[in-house]
Amino acid sequence: MDAPTTTKATVPDRSAIPGWGVDADPENDPTYPYREREKDDHSGEWTRPPVQSSDVEILQSIEHKQRPAVFGTSTPPSGISGMLRRGAFKYSESHWAHWLMLMGADRVNMVEGIVQDLARARIPNIPAEMGMRSEWKHNRKGLVTKLAVTAAVGAAAFALFRWSGGRDRDGSGGRD
Amino acid sequence: MLAMDYRGPYRVRLEEKPMPKIEHPRDAVVKVTRSCICGSDLHLYHGLVPDTRVGMTFGHEFCGIVEEVGSAVENLKAGDHVLVPFNIACGQCHFCKQGLFGNCHESNPQATAVGGIFGYSHTAGGYDGGQAEYVRVPYADFGPTIIPDWMDPDDAVLLTDVVPTGYQAAEMAGIKRGDTVCVFGAGPVGIMAARCAWLFGAGRVIVIDHLDYRLEFVKDYAPAEVYNFRELDDLVVFMKKTTDGLGADVCIDAVGNDASGNIWQTILGKKMKLEAGSAIALHWAINSVKKGGVVSVVGVYGPTGNLVPMGNVVNKGLTIRANQASVKRLLPRLIEHVKAGHINPKAMITHRVPLEDISDAYHIFSKKLDGCIKPVLVPNAA
Repeated sequence: MDAPTTTKATVPDRSAIPGWGVDADPENDPTYPYREREKDDHSGEWTRPPVQSSDVEILQSIEHKQRPAVFGTSTPPSGISGMLRRGAFKYSESHWAHWLMLMGADRVNMVEGIVQDLARARIPNIPAEMGMRSEWKHNRKGLVTKLAVTAAVGAAAFALFRWSGGRDRDGSGGRD
Repeated sequence: MLAMDYRGPYRVRLEEKPMPKIEHPRDAVVKVTRSCICGSDLHLYHGLVPDTRVGMTFGHEFCGIVEEVGSAVENLKAGDHVLVPFNIACGQCHFCKQGLFGNCHESNPQATAVGGIFGYSHTAGGYDGGQAEYVRVPYADFGPTIIPDWMDPDDAVLLTDVVPTGYQAAEMAGIKRGDTVCVFGAGPVGIMAARCAWLFGAGRVIVIDHLDYRLEFVKDYAPAEVYNFRELDDLVVFMKKTTDGLGADVCIDAVGNDASGNIWQTILGKKMKLEAGSAIALHWAINSVKKGGVVSVVGVYGPTGNLVPMGNVVNKGLTIRANQASVKRLLPRLIEHVKAGHINPKAMITHRVPLEDISDAYHIFSKKLDGCIKPVLVPNAA
Protein backbone atom coordinates (compact mmCIF):
# COMPACT_ATOMS: atom_id res chain seq x y z
CA MET A 1 0.00 0.00 0.00
CA ASP A 2 1.38 3.41 -0.90
CA ALA A 3 1.38 6.00 1.82
CA PRO A 4 -1.76 8.08 1.40
CA THR A 5 -1.34 11.63 0.21
CA THR A 6 -4.32 12.88 2.17
CA THR A 7 -3.95 14.16 5.71
CA LYS A 8 -7.64 13.98 6.50
CA ALA A 9 -8.54 11.41 9.11
CA THR A 10 -11.64 9.27 9.08
CA VAL A 11 -12.91 10.09 12.55
CA PRO A 12 -15.85 8.01 13.81
CA ASP A 13 -18.93 9.59 15.31
CA ARG A 14 -17.90 10.11 18.93
CA SER A 15 -21.47 10.13 20.17
CA ALA A 16 -21.69 6.51 19.07
CA ILE A 17 -18.73 5.50 21.22
CA PRO A 18 -19.92 4.40 24.69
CA GLY A 19 -18.19 6.43 27.37
CA TRP A 20 -16.36 8.81 25.06
CA GLY A 21 -14.48 11.35 27.15
CA VAL A 22 -15.84 10.22 30.54
CA ASP A 23 -12.32 9.93 31.93
CA ALA A 24 -10.93 13.02 30.20
CA ASP A 25 -9.26 15.05 32.91
CA PRO A 26 -7.16 18.14 32.26
CA GLU A 27 -5.61 17.59 35.67
CA ASN A 28 -4.21 14.22 34.57
CA ASP A 29 -0.83 15.81 33.99
CA PRO A 30 1.66 14.59 34.99
CA THR A 31 0.09 11.21 34.59
CA TYR A 32 0.56 8.04 36.57
CA PRO A 33 3.12 6.85 37.61
CA TYR A 34 4.21 9.87 39.58
CA ARG A 35 5.66 10.38 43.00
CA GLU A 36 2.90 10.66 45.52
CA ARG A 37 4.79 10.98 48.71
CA GLU A 38 3.52 12.40 51.92
CA LYS A 39 5.56 15.53 52.57
CA ASP A 40 9.21 14.67 52.19
CA ASP A 41 8.96 10.99 52.85
CA HIS A 42 12.21 9.61 51.48
CA SER A 43 12.26 6.92 54.09
CA GLY A 44 13.03 3.36 53.21
CA GLU A 45 11.27 2.32 56.41
CA TRP A 46 7.74 1.01 56.69
CA THR A 47 5.82 -1.38 58.84
CA ARG A 48 6.88 -4.68 57.39
CA PRO A 49 4.51 -7.58 56.85
CA PRO A 50 5.30 -10.75 58.81
CA VAL A 51 8.29 -12.41 57.22
CA GLN A 52 7.71 -15.73 55.45
CA SER A 53 9.85 -18.61 56.61
CA SER A 54 10.86 -21.40 54.30
CA ASP A 55 13.38 -24.19 54.01
CA VAL A 56 13.51 -23.75 50.24
CA GLU A 57 16.64 -22.10 48.81
CA ILE A 58 15.77 -18.58 47.67
CA LEU A 59 18.24 -16.62 45.58
CA GLN A 60 18.26 -12.93 46.29
CA SER A 61 19.28 -9.83 44.36
CA ILE A 62 22.30 -8.18 45.98
CA GLU A 63 20.49 -4.87 45.45
CA HIS A 64 18.01 -5.77 48.20
CA LYS A 65 18.76 -4.46 51.68
CA GLN A 66 16.84 -7.36 53.16
CA ARG A 67 14.81 -10.29 51.90
CA PRO A 68 11.27 -9.25 50.97
CA ALA A 69 8.69 -10.51 53.42
CA VAL A 70 6.99 -12.83 50.93
CA PHE A 71 8.39 -14.89 48.09
CA GLY A 72 7.62 -17.78 45.79
CA THR A 73 8.88 -21.24 46.59
CA SER A 74 8.48 -22.79 43.14
CA THR A 75 11.31 -24.81 41.56
CA PRO A 76 14.31 -24.04 43.78
CA PRO A 77 17.72 -24.03 42.07
CA SER A 78 19.23 -27.45 41.48
CA GLY A 79 21.82 -29.22 39.35
CA ILE A 80 24.18 -27.49 36.98
CA SER A 81 21.59 -24.83 36.17
CA GLY A 82 21.29 -24.15 39.89
CA MET A 83 25.05 -23.62 40.14
CA LEU A 84 24.87 -21.14 37.28
CA ARG A 85 21.95 -19.33 38.90
CA ARG A 86 23.81 -19.05 42.21
CA GLY A 87 26.75 -17.59 40.30
CA ALA A 88 24.50 -15.11 38.53
CA PHE A 89 23.22 -13.73 41.82
CA LYS A 90 26.74 -12.62 42.75
CA TYR A 91 26.20 -9.83 40.25
CA SER A 92 23.72 -6.98 40.49
CA GLU A 93 20.69 -6.60 38.22
CA SER A 94 22.63 -3.88 36.45
CA HIS A 95 25.29 -6.32 35.32
CA TRP A 96 24.86 -8.16 32.00
CA ALA A 97 26.61 -11.20 33.44
CA HIS A 98 23.73 -11.62 35.88
CA TRP A 99 21.14 -11.96 33.13
CA LEU A 100 23.29 -13.82 30.61
CA MET A 101 24.17 -16.46 33.22
CA LEU A 102 20.49 -16.84 34.06
CA MET A 103 19.61 -17.25 30.39
CA GLY A 104 22.38 -19.83 30.07
CA ALA A 105 21.05 -21.62 33.13
CA ASP A 106 17.59 -21.71 31.56
CA ARG A 107 18.94 -23.51 28.50
CA VAL A 108 20.87 -25.99 30.64
CA ASN A 109 17.75 -26.49 32.74
CA MET A 110 15.82 -27.49 29.64
CA VAL A 111 18.28 -30.36 29.03
CA GLU A 112 18.14 -31.27 32.72
CA GLY A 113 14.37 -31.53 32.39
CA ILE A 114 14.65 -34.10 29.62
CA VAL A 115 17.28 -36.06 31.57
CA GLN A 116 15.00 -35.95 34.62
CA ASP A 117 12.11 -37.35 32.59
CA LEU A 118 14.26 -40.17 31.21
CA ALA A 119 15.58 -40.94 34.71
CA ARG A 120 11.95 -41.48 35.74
CA ALA A 121 11.47 -43.82 32.78
CA ARG A 122 9.33 -41.23 31.06
CA ILE A 123 9.94 -40.32 27.45
CA PRO A 124 8.72 -36.74 26.99
CA ASN A 125 6.18 -36.42 24.22
CA ILE A 126 7.81 -33.33 22.75
CA PRO A 127 5.49 -32.94 19.73
CA ALA A 128 2.50 -33.00 22.08
CA GLU A 129 4.19 -30.54 24.47
CA MET A 130 4.75 -28.23 21.50
CA GLY A 131 1.08 -28.37 20.58
CA MET A 132 1.58 -30.12 17.25
CA ARG A 133 -1.96 -31.49 17.44
CA SER A 134 -3.29 -27.95 17.04
CA GLU A 135 -0.79 -27.27 14.25
CA TRP A 136 -2.16 -30.35 12.46
CA LYS A 137 -5.69 -29.17 13.00
CA HIS A 138 -5.30 -25.50 12.09
CA ASN A 139 -2.21 -25.30 9.87
CA ARG A 140 -1.90 -28.71 8.24
CA LYS A 141 -0.46 -27.38 5.01
CA GLY A 142 2.21 -25.40 6.85
CA LEU A 143 3.11 -28.37 9.03
CA VAL A 144 3.38 -30.74 6.07
CA THR A 145 5.52 -28.20 4.19
CA LYS A 146 7.78 -27.74 7.20
CA LEU A 147 8.17 -31.50 7.65
CA ALA A 148 8.86 -31.97 3.94
CA VAL A 149 11.50 -29.21 3.91
CA THR A 150 13.10 -30.60 7.06
CA ALA A 151 13.15 -34.11 5.58
CA ALA A 152 14.60 -32.83 2.29
CA VAL A 153 17.34 -30.83 4.03
CA GLY A 154 18.10 -33.81 6.28
CA ALA A 155 18.26 -36.19 3.33
CA ALA A 156 20.50 -33.81 1.40
CA ALA A 157 22.82 -33.43 4.40
CA PHE A 158 22.93 -37.21 4.84
CA ALA A 159 23.65 -37.77 1.16
CA LEU A 160 26.39 -35.14 1.26
CA PHE A 161 27.88 -36.78 4.33
CA ARG A 162 27.82 -40.22 2.68
CA TRP A 163 29.33 -38.86 -0.52
CA SER A 164 32.04 -37.01 1.40
CA GLY A 165 32.82 -40.15 3.44
CA GLY A 166 33.10 -42.22 0.26
CA ARG A 167 35.55 -39.77 -1.29
CA ASP A 168 37.67 -39.88 1.87
CA ARG A 169 37.78 -43.69 1.81
CA ASP A 170 38.77 -43.56 -1.86
CA GLY A 171 41.68 -41.35 -0.93
CA SER A 172 40.41 -38.62 -3.19
CA GLY A 173 38.91 -36.31 -0.61
CA GLY A 174 41.84 -35.34 1.61
CA ARG A 175 45.55 -34.90 1.92
CA ASP A 176 47.65 -38.00 2.75
CA MET B 1 -3.87 -31.18 41.48
CA LEU B 2 -3.33 -30.58 37.78
CA ALA B 3 -1.17 -27.67 36.71
CA MET B 4 0.66 -26.35 33.69
CA ASP B 5 4.31 -27.40 33.64
CA TYR B 6 6.97 -25.50 31.68
CA ARG B 7 9.56 -27.79 30.06
CA GLY B 8 11.60 -25.29 28.02
CA PRO B 9 10.99 -22.89 25.13
CA TYR B 10 7.85 -23.83 23.17
CA ARG B 11 7.18 -26.84 25.43
CA VAL B 12 4.50 -27.02 28.12
CA ARG B 13 2.37 -29.87 29.46
CA LEU B 14 -0.12 -30.65 32.15
CA GLU B 15 1.29 -32.31 35.25
CA GLU B 16 0.07 -33.64 38.59
CA LYS B 17 1.59 -31.36 41.26
CA PRO B 18 1.24 -31.01 45.03
CA MET B 19 -1.60 -28.83 46.29
CA PRO B 20 -0.44 -25.33 47.20
CA LYS B 21 -0.51 -24.56 50.89
CA ILE B 22 -0.62 -21.54 53.15
CA GLU B 23 2.98 -20.40 53.58
CA HIS B 24 2.37 -17.02 55.22
CA PRO B 25 -0.37 -15.65 57.49
CA ARG B 26 -1.56 -13.34 54.71
CA ASP B 27 -1.85 -16.14 52.11
CA ALA B 28 -4.94 -17.73 50.62
CA VAL B 29 -5.36 -20.77 48.44
CA VAL B 30 -7.74 -20.21 45.54
CA LYS B 31 -9.49 -22.82 43.42
CA VAL B 32 -9.14 -21.52 39.88
CA THR B 33 -12.30 -21.17 37.79
CA ARG B 34 -10.83 -19.23 34.86
CA SER B 35 -7.29 -18.43 33.80
CA CYS B 36 -5.96 -16.82 30.67
CA ILE B 37 -2.84 -17.12 28.60
CA CYS B 38 -1.46 -13.61 28.33
CA GLY B 39 0.70 -12.27 25.52
CA SER B 40 3.31 -11.77 28.24
CA ASP B 41 3.20 -15.51 28.93
CA LEU B 42 4.39 -15.98 25.38
CA HIS B 43 7.61 -14.13 26.27
CA LEU B 44 8.20 -16.85 28.87
CA TYR B 45 7.06 -19.57 26.47
CA HIS B 46 9.50 -18.31 23.85
CA GLY B 47 12.37 -18.38 26.36
CA LEU B 48 12.91 -14.62 26.39
CA VAL B 49 12.67 -13.98 30.14
CA PRO B 50 15.73 -14.87 32.26
CA ASP B 51 15.35 -17.29 35.18
CA THR B 52 12.34 -19.12 33.79
CA ARG B 53 12.80 -22.52 35.37
CA VAL B 54 11.69 -25.91 34.08
CA GLY B 55 8.83 -27.18 36.22
CA MET B 56 7.27 -23.79 36.89
CA THR B 57 3.54 -23.11 36.44
CA PHE B 58 2.70 -19.93 34.52
CA GLY B 59 -0.45 -17.86 34.73
CA HIS B 60 -0.97 -14.38 36.14
CA GLU B 61 -4.53 -13.80 34.91
CA PHE B 62 -7.00 -15.85 36.90
CA CYS B 63 -10.04 -15.77 39.09
CA GLY B 64 -11.49 -18.41 41.36
CA ILE B 65 -13.06 -19.43 44.63
CA VAL B 66 -11.27 -18.98 47.93
CA GLU B 67 -10.49 -22.41 49.34
CA GLU B 68 -8.54 -21.52 52.46
CA VAL B 69 -7.16 -18.37 54.09
CA GLY B 70 -4.21 -17.67 56.37
CA SER B 71 -4.60 -16.52 59.94
CA ALA B 72 -4.13 -12.82 59.10
CA VAL B 73 -6.71 -12.69 56.30
CA GLU B 74 -9.92 -11.24 57.67
CA ASN B 75 -11.56 -9.74 54.59
CA LEU B 76 -11.99 -13.02 52.69
CA LYS B 77 -13.53 -16.36 53.57
CA ALA B 78 -13.75 -19.75 51.95
CA GLY B 79 -16.29 -19.68 49.15
CA ASP B 80 -15.72 -16.06 48.08
CA HIS B 81 -15.40 -15.71 44.31
CA VAL B 82 -12.46 -13.42 43.66
CA LEU B 83 -10.48 -11.94 40.82
CA VAL B 84 -6.79 -11.74 41.60
CA PRO B 85 -4.61 -8.87 40.27
CA PHE B 86 -1.47 -10.11 38.60
CA ASN B 87 0.67 -7.92 40.87
CA ILE B 88 1.62 -9.40 44.22
CA ALA B 89 1.61 -6.35 46.47
CA CYS B 90 1.82 -5.92 50.22
CA GLY B 91 -0.04 -2.60 50.22
CA GLN B 92 2.18 -1.01 52.85
CA CYS B 93 5.76 -0.62 51.54
CA HIS B 94 7.29 2.63 50.28
CA PHE B 95 6.04 1.96 46.75
CA CYS B 96 2.63 0.49 47.52
CA LYS B 97 1.91 3.60 49.61
CA GLN B 98 2.31 5.59 46.38
CA GLY B 99 -0.09 3.35 44.48
CA LEU B 100 2.78 1.66 42.67
CA PHE B 101 1.39 -1.82 43.27
CA GLY B 102 3.38 -3.25 40.38
CA ASN B 103 6.55 -2.21 42.16
CA CYS B 104 6.00 -3.68 45.62
CA HIS B 105 9.26 -4.04 47.53
CA GLU B 106 8.07 -6.90 49.74
CA SER B 107 7.26 -9.56 47.16
CA ASN B 108 10.25 -10.28 44.95
CA PRO B 109 13.65 -11.35 46.35
CA GLN B 110 15.19 -12.01 42.95
CA ALA B 111 14.85 -8.50 41.52
CA THR B 112 14.25 -4.98 42.74
CA ALA B 113 12.96 -3.46 39.50
CA VAL B 114 9.62 -5.25 39.55
CA GLY B 115 7.37 -6.60 42.26
CA GLY B 116 6.14 -10.16 42.43
CA ILE B 117 3.96 -11.49 39.63
CA PHE B 118 2.14 -14.81 39.64
CA GLY B 119 3.73 -17.43 37.41
CA TYR B 120 6.14 -15.09 35.75
CA SER B 121 9.61 -16.58 36.26
CA HIS B 122 11.90 -16.11 39.23
CA THR B 123 12.74 -12.67 37.92
CA ALA B 124 9.25 -11.81 39.16
CA GLY B 125 9.49 -13.63 42.47
CA GLY B 126 9.32 -17.35 41.72
CA TYR B 127 5.60 -17.82 42.35
CA ASP B 128 3.66 -20.59 40.68
CA GLY B 129 0.75 -19.20 38.70
CA GLY B 130 -2.90 -19.78 38.06
CA GLN B 131 -2.86 -22.06 35.02
CA ALA B 132 -3.70 -24.79 37.46
CA GLU B 133 -6.56 -26.11 39.50
CA TYR B 134 -5.36 -24.33 42.64
CA VAL B 135 -2.95 -21.50 43.36
CA ARG B 136 -1.35 -19.89 46.37
CA VAL B 137 -2.24 -16.19 46.60
CA PRO B 138 0.09 -14.13 48.84
CA TYR B 139 -1.11 -10.89 50.44
CA ALA B 140 -4.65 -12.15 49.99
CA ASP B 141 -5.90 -9.52 52.42
CA PHE B 142 -4.85 -6.83 49.95
CA GLY B 143 -4.89 -8.01 46.32
CA PRO B 144 -7.95 -10.13 45.55
CA THR B 145 -11.26 -8.38 44.90
CA ILE B 146 -14.60 -10.08 45.39
CA ILE B 147 -16.36 -10.36 42.03
CA PRO B 148 -19.67 -8.47 42.07
CA ASP B 149 -22.75 -10.71 41.71
CA TRP B 150 -23.72 -9.11 38.42
CA MET B 151 -20.32 -9.61 36.77
CA ASP B 152 -19.66 -12.38 34.26
CA PRO B 153 -16.59 -14.43 35.29
CA ASP B 154 -15.25 -14.00 31.76
CA ASP B 155 -15.22 -10.24 32.31
CA ALA B 156 -13.75 -10.68 35.78
CA VAL B 157 -10.76 -12.71 34.65
CA LEU B 158 -9.86 -10.06 32.10
CA LEU B 159 -9.86 -7.40 34.83
CA THR B 160 -6.82 -9.07 36.40
CA ASP B 161 -4.43 -7.75 33.73
CA VAL B 162 -5.57 -7.08 30.16
CA VAL B 163 -8.15 -4.41 30.89
CA PRO B 164 -6.14 -2.50 33.52
CA THR B 165 -2.99 -2.69 31.42
CA GLY B 166 -4.76 -1.32 28.37
CA TYR B 167 -6.51 1.33 30.45
CA GLN B 168 -3.29 2.37 32.18
CA ALA B 169 -1.56 2.63 28.80
CA ALA B 170 -4.14 5.24 27.81
CA GLU B 171 -4.04 6.90 31.22
CA MET B 172 -0.23 7.19 31.27
CA ALA B 173 -0.36 8.73 27.81
CA GLY B 174 -2.08 11.80 29.30
CA ILE B 175 -4.54 11.94 26.41
CA LYS B 176 -6.19 15.32 25.93
CA ARG B 177 -9.53 15.84 24.20
CA GLY B 178 -9.07 15.57 20.46
CA ASP B 179 -5.63 13.93 20.57
CA THR B 180 -4.51 11.54 17.88
CA VAL B 181 -3.50 8.30 19.55
CA CYS B 182 -1.49 5.62 17.77
CA VAL B 183 -1.45 2.17 19.36
CA PHE B 184 1.22 -0.28 18.26
CA GLY B 185 -0.04 -3.84 18.58
CA ALA B 186 -3.53 -5.27 18.11
CA GLY B 187 -3.21 -7.95 20.74
CA PRO B 188 -5.67 -7.91 23.65
CA VAL B 189 -3.77 -5.15 25.49
CA GLY B 190 -3.50 -2.99 22.37
CA ILE B 191 -7.17 -3.57 21.62
CA MET B 192 -8.09 -2.46 25.13
CA ALA B 193 -5.71 0.54 25.00
CA ALA B 194 -7.40 1.66 21.78
CA ARG B 195 -10.85 1.25 23.36
CA CYS B 196 -9.83 3.14 26.50
CA ALA B 197 -8.20 5.97 24.53
CA TRP B 198 -11.75 7.08 23.66
CA LEU B 199 -12.70 7.16 27.34
CA PHE B 200 -9.98 9.75 27.83
CA GLY B 201 -11.36 11.87 24.99
CA ALA B 202 -9.16 10.90 22.05
CA GLY B 203 -10.11 12.51 18.76
CA ARG B 204 -8.64 9.81 16.57
CA VAL B 205 -7.35 6.31 17.33
CA ILE B 206 -5.01 4.45 14.97
CA VAL B 207 -3.90 0.84 15.50
CA ILE B 208 -0.88 -0.72 13.78
CA ASP B 209 -0.21 -4.45 13.48
CA HIS B 210 0.55 -7.04 10.82
CA LEU B 211 -2.22 -9.52 11.57
CA ASP B 212 -5.25 -8.64 9.47
CA TYR B 213 -7.73 -10.65 11.54
CA ARG B 214 -6.79 -8.73 14.66
CA LEU B 215 -6.92 -5.41 12.84
CA GLU B 216 -10.40 -6.29 11.61
CA PHE B 217 -11.47 -7.01 15.18
CA VAL B 218 -10.13 -3.80 16.70
CA LYS B 219 -11.47 -1.77 13.80
CA ASP B 220 -14.98 -2.53 15.02
CA TYR B 221 -14.32 -3.11 18.71
CA ALA B 222 -12.43 0.08 19.62
CA PRO B 223 -13.37 1.43 16.98
CA ALA B 224 -10.16 2.49 15.28
CA GLU B 225 -8.44 3.21 12.01
CA VAL B 226 -6.23 0.22 11.34
CA TYR B 227 -3.13 -0.27 9.22
CA ASN B 228 -1.01 -3.30 8.44
CA PHE B 229 2.61 -2.17 8.62
CA ARG B 230 3.65 -4.83 6.13
CA GLU B 231 1.57 -3.02 3.53
CA LEU B 232 3.18 0.35 4.15
CA ASP B 233 6.40 1.46 2.49
CA ASP B 234 7.56 3.29 5.59
CA LEU B 235 5.40 3.29 8.69
CA VAL B 236 6.88 6.45 10.18
CA VAL B 237 6.49 8.42 6.94
CA PHE B 238 2.90 7.18 6.77
CA MET B 239 2.24 8.36 10.33
CA LYS B 240 3.66 11.79 9.54
CA LYS B 241 1.60 12.11 6.36
CA THR B 242 -1.61 11.17 8.07
CA THR B 243 -1.07 13.68 10.88
CA ASP B 244 -0.34 16.85 8.91
CA GLY B 245 3.38 16.06 9.01
CA LEU B 246 3.56 16.37 12.79
CA GLY B 247 3.17 12.87 14.19
CA ALA B 248 0.64 11.46 16.66
CA ASP B 249 0.10 13.31 19.93
CA VAL B 250 0.49 10.03 21.76
CA CYS B 251 1.97 6.65 20.87
CA ILE B 252 1.35 3.51 22.89
CA ASP B 253 3.67 0.50 22.73
CA ALA B 254 1.43 -2.48 23.44
CA VAL B 255 3.76 -5.02 21.88
CA GLY B 256 6.99 -5.42 23.83
CA ASN B 257 9.92 -7.67 23.16
CA ASP B 258 8.34 -10.12 20.72
CA ALA B 259 7.73 -7.49 18.06
CA SER B 260 7.88 -8.34 14.38
CA GLY B 261 8.79 -5.92 11.63
CA ASN B 262 12.56 -5.50 11.59
CA ILE B 263 15.01 -8.22 10.64
CA TRP B 264 17.92 -6.81 12.67
CA GLN B 265 15.89 -6.46 15.84
CA THR B 266 14.62 -10.00 15.32
CA ILE B 267 18.12 -11.43 14.86
CA LEU B 268 19.80 -9.47 17.65
CA GLY B 269 16.98 -9.58 20.15
CA LYS B 270 14.86 -12.66 19.55
CA LYS B 271 17.34 -15.06 17.97
CA MET B 272 20.74 -14.12 19.43
CA LYS B 273 19.40 -12.62 22.70
CA LEU B 274 21.97 -9.82 22.42
CA GLU B 275 19.28 -7.34 23.41
CA ALA B 276 16.18 -7.83 25.54
CA GLY B 277 14.00 -8.89 22.63
CA SER B 278 12.98 -6.93 19.56
CA ALA B 279 12.20 -3.29 20.31
CA ILE B 280 10.95 -2.25 16.88
CA ALA B 281 7.50 -1.26 18.16
CA LEU B 282 9.08 1.11 20.68
CA HIS B 283 11.40 2.39 17.97
CA TRP B 284 8.43 3.18 15.74
CA ALA B 285 6.52 4.76 18.62
CA ILE B 286 9.40 7.14 19.39
CA ASN B 287 9.76 8.12 15.75
CA SER B 288 6.02 8.40 15.04
CA VAL B 289 5.04 10.62 17.95
CA LYS B 290 4.87 14.38 17.73
CA LYS B 291 7.69 16.50 19.15
CA GLY B 292 6.88 17.09 22.80
CA GLY B 293 4.52 14.10 22.72
CA VAL B 294 4.14 11.16 25.02
CA VAL B 295 5.16 7.55 24.47
CA SER B 296 3.35 5.20 26.83
CA VAL B 297 4.92 1.77 27.18
CA VAL B 298 3.13 -1.27 28.54
CA GLY B 299 4.80 -3.83 26.28
CA VAL B 300 7.02 -6.16 28.29
CA TYR B 301 10.78 -6.04 27.78
CA GLY B 302 13.54 -8.12 29.28
CA PRO B 303 15.78 -6.70 31.99
CA THR B 304 18.91 -6.09 29.89
CA GLY B 305 19.04 -3.44 27.19
CA ASN B 306 17.36 -2.61 23.90
CA LEU B 307 18.31 -0.68 20.79
CA VAL B 308 15.99 2.32 20.60
CA PRO B 309 16.59 5.80 19.13
CA MET B 310 17.37 7.55 22.40
CA GLY B 311 18.73 10.55 20.54
CA ASN B 312 15.29 11.17 19.10
CA VAL B 313 13.75 10.97 22.56
CA VAL B 314 16.04 13.83 23.59
CA ASN B 315 15.83 15.85 20.40
CA LYS B 316 12.04 15.58 20.18
CA GLY B 317 11.56 16.39 23.85
CA LEU B 318 9.49 13.30 24.47
CA THR B 319 7.96 12.10 27.68
CA ILE B 320 8.14 8.36 28.16
CA ARG B 321 5.85 6.84 30.75
CA ALA B 322 5.85 3.17 31.55
CA ASN B 323 5.00 0.65 34.22
CA GLN B 324 3.34 -2.63 34.89
CA ALA B 325 -0.33 -1.94 35.45
CA SER B 326 -1.22 -1.11 39.02
CA VAL B 327 -4.30 -3.30 38.94
CA LYS B 328 -5.64 -2.77 42.45
CA ARG B 329 -5.51 1.01 41.98
CA LEU B 330 -7.62 0.84 38.82
CA LEU B 331 -10.15 -1.86 39.65
CA PRO B 332 -12.91 0.30 41.18
CA ARG B 333 -13.06 2.54 38.12
CA LEU B 334 -12.84 -0.38 35.69
CA ILE B 335 -15.64 -2.26 37.39
CA GLU B 336 -17.76 0.87 36.94
CA HIS B 337 -16.86 0.95 33.25
CA VAL B 338 -17.88 -2.69 32.77
CA LYS B 339 -21.15 -2.09 34.61
CA ALA B 340 -21.87 1.03 32.53
CA GLY B 341 -21.19 -0.86 29.30
CA HIS B 342 -18.25 1.37 28.36
CA ILE B 343 -16.01 -1.64 27.95
CA ASN B 344 -16.89 -5.23 27.12
CA PRO B 345 -13.83 -7.32 28.01
CA LYS B 346 -15.23 -10.78 27.28
CA ALA B 347 -15.82 -9.88 23.65
CA MET B 348 -12.07 -10.39 23.16
CA ILE B 349 -12.24 -14.05 24.16
CA THR B 350 -11.96 -16.21 21.07
CA HIS B 351 -10.98 -19.57 22.57
CA ARG B 352 -12.22 -21.43 25.64
CA VAL B 353 -9.89 -24.35 26.21
CA PRO B 354 -9.94 -27.10 28.87
CA LEU B 355 -6.85 -26.89 31.08
CA GLU B 356 -6.00 -30.39 29.83
CA ASP B 357 -5.32 -28.99 26.36
CA ILE B 358 -2.87 -26.36 27.54
CA SER B 359 -0.10 -27.35 25.10
CA ASP B 360 -2.43 -26.75 22.18
CA ALA B 361 -3.71 -23.50 23.67
CA TYR B 362 -0.18 -22.11 23.95
CA HIS B 363 0.67 -23.17 20.42
CA ILE B 364 -2.50 -21.68 18.93
CA PHE B 365 -1.95 -18.38 20.73
CA SER B 366 1.76 -18.26 19.94
CA LYS B 367 1.32 -19.04 16.26
CA LYS B 368 -1.81 -16.90 15.96
CA LEU B 369 -3.77 -19.84 14.56
CA ASP B 370 -7.53 -20.08 14.16
CA GLY B 371 -8.09 -16.34 14.56
CA CYS B 372 -6.92 -16.42 18.16
CA ILE B 373 -7.09 -13.18 20.13
CA LYS B 374 -7.58 -14.29 23.73
CA PRO B 375 -7.63 -17.86 25.03
CA VAL B 376 -9.22 -18.70 28.36
CA LEU B 377 -8.39 -21.92 30.20
CA VAL B 378 -11.10 -23.63 32.18
CA PRO B 379 -10.16 -26.40 34.64
CA ASN B 380 -12.44 -29.42 34.46
CA ALA B 381 -13.47 -29.05 38.07
CA ALA B 382 -14.47 -25.40 37.62
